[in-house]
Amino acid sequence: MSRLARRLVLLGPGLGWWLVFLALPLMVVLAYSFFRRGTYGGVVFDFTLDNYVRALDPLYLGVLGFSLRIAVITTAVALLIGYPAAYFIATRPRRWRTPLLVLIILPFWTSFLIRTYAWMVLLNREGLINRPLLALGIIDEPLPLLYNEFAIVIGLVYGYLPLMILPLYAAIERLNPELREAATNLGARPIKVFFTVTVPLTLTGIAAGCIFVFVPSLGNFIVPDLLGGGRSIMVGNLIQSQFLKARDWPFGATLALALITLMMVLLVVQARIINRDRPVSADAG
Amino acid sequence: MAETEARRTRAGGMRAWATVGAAALLVAAACTTAATPGPTGTPQATTPPPAATTPPAETPAATPAETPKPSGKIVISNWDLYMPEDLIPNFTAETGIEVELALHTTNEDIMGKIEAANGGGFDIVFVSAPFAEALAKRGWAAKLDKRQLPNAANLAPEADRLEYDPGNQYSIPYTWGTTGLCYRSDLVSFTPDSWNDLLTPRDELKGKITMLGTDRWLMLPALKVLGYSINTTDPAELEAAKQLLLETKKSLLAYDDITFYAKLVSGEAYLVEAWDGWCNYGIAENPDIKWVVPKEGSDLWSDTMVILESSQNKPAAHAFLDYVLRPLTGKAVAELVYYKVPNPNAMRLVDPALLEQFSNLAMTADELSKFGQPERDLGDAAPLWARIVAEITAGG
Repeated sequence: MSRLARRLVLLGPGLGWWLVFLALPLMVVLAYSFFRRGTYGGVVFDFTLDNYVRALDPLYLGVLGFSLRIAVITTAVALLIGYPAAYFIATRPRRWRTPLLVLIILPFWTSFLIRTYAWMVLLNREGLINRPLLALGIIDEPLPLLYNEFAIVIGLVYGYLPLMILPLYAAIERLNPELREAATNLGARPIKVFFTVTVPLTLTGIAAGCIFVFVPSLGNFIVPDLLGGGRSIMVGNLIQSQFLKARDWPFGATLALALITLMMVLLVVQARIINRDRPVSADAG
Repeated sequence: MAETEARRTRAGGMRAWATVGAAALLVAAACTTAATPGPTGTPQATTPPPAATTPPAETPAATPAETPKPSGKIVISNWDLYMPEDLIPNFTAETGIEVELALHTTNEDIMGKIEAANGGGFDIVFVSAPFAEALAKRGWAAKLDKRQLPNAANLAPEADRLEYDPGNQYSIPYTWGTTGLCYRSDLVSFTPDSWNDLLTPRDELKGKITMLGTDRWLMLPALKVLGYSINTTDPAELEAAKQLLLETKKSLLAYDDITFYAKLVSGEAYLVEAWDGWCNYGIAENPDIKWVVPKEGSDLWSDTMVILESSQNKPAAHAFLDYVLRPLTGKAVAELVYYKVPNPNAMRLVDPALLEQFSNLAMTADELSKFGQPERDLGDAAPLWARIVAEITAGG
């Protein structure tokens, strides 16, 4: 077997998977976005740019803006919670790290949907948080915890926090503790050590974690539906309703494509951050 | 109990709540919609030809002149848990026709599969009425041969005049019902009887009401109050309904297609817009929950059975439809899913205790068709509807 043949055999499954489940569907989505909806659903193959014009409507841009805001807030909160958590785990004795990481991943063993329902049980007006508070007389009126932006952010942060912690952990764990010791020995205070040594050297993890949280948050439609009470739709809901309610696949495809493009841009930004970071890590390693 | 759970989780006909289980990100959504590899369980594509041409070896050609007895195999797609478990085994035992059951989660799910196979893949599909209309308009639904459906005589006369398919030429209604108000009689100080009780709620109900979130039912109460058709395509009428709904949104707890009856049970909501059958799931847990069809009227939804034009075994498919139309089958369906069946002879057999417990099960065909207007496919107006609904649901 020649070298080339061997390579093809080894790469075949991966490439095949990529081709069938990523490249081809994306091409179909791209193609659909240039066609028109049939009267009774389906796709009529008349070339049109109309879908793109419609997508630029202020209504949809507004929804995108709202989604971006929610995704940014979610990512920021996840970073603020995730970084200390990852730092804590990475600085434990080695034998503790794996069990702690397992605890972080544990919720993933249950369906996302079920965990989202669990939040409804916790947050609702008659729920596990409001009822005891009312009974203890701490509050007179139930707190409006559910069916608002607050609930959406809670749901998303909760759902995607492990995706923030894991890459952060990987980055922090890799960090050579001697670098921090050196900075301290040279007189830097802890805050300064953190921001001039630790953060820059873990930027890769920060970028990866932020992307991992931001991207699915932006496209999520279950959380705004269930925890947001469907009162503030996000771009995921918009796309879902084009496919499932309006049966307007071409327009749904256009909206999906816009979102995918946005996410690609973010991934490129992330890749650049990692590349910029590489020489530094090499020096450090 | 599995059965109770089944009732609660089944994705009944008209609901397009695709959210459940679809933990997919957008790319995934795009992938599945675009590249669904045809029907889930296509059997050997060619069913055996009718017995007339090649009689099975063991059957002596005894009745040469008669229409061949349906045989072979058919593929049906239905929502999960929407048929009594023993329906198919009993049908097969009696007729010898094998049935392969595929499941779909939503109307759009099955429409996508049919679309991907260009109108093929199944012999019978269960879809909500507007989708049956769309299948017929696209030429994918077979014209039914009523001579092969003697039990269609059991259908209520009203069920033969539904405007999405007058005369049931392309579809047979399987279940039907309406949308109304479901409320906690112990927590609401009055007896609601109007959509206005929902749309402009009294102070006691502010923040304690939910509406259905799927386009057709989100718009329905406002269209009814304003006296418009629930199938309107007039932008001005939709705009007027939107204004009304934007006002309601300020007092709304949530748009909810899935857990609204659970919210009534927990006391989170006092009054919700509900499909009749789903209100029953609430009543089953709390007898203080009551049901009313608002005086302005409502819809008349139906889930239907359609034989696809591409079916290679239409005689067997007709035999199945006819079997479902039997009174005893209809009774079993109604007692399982707590929906009415459009078959008065079947409804007469339903356990009277159930009719008493679930008042809407006792609604007659006459009452139902007096109150309710059937949903039609919106055709070219569907994107406009989606846009209006997005305008309502976007932003706080």
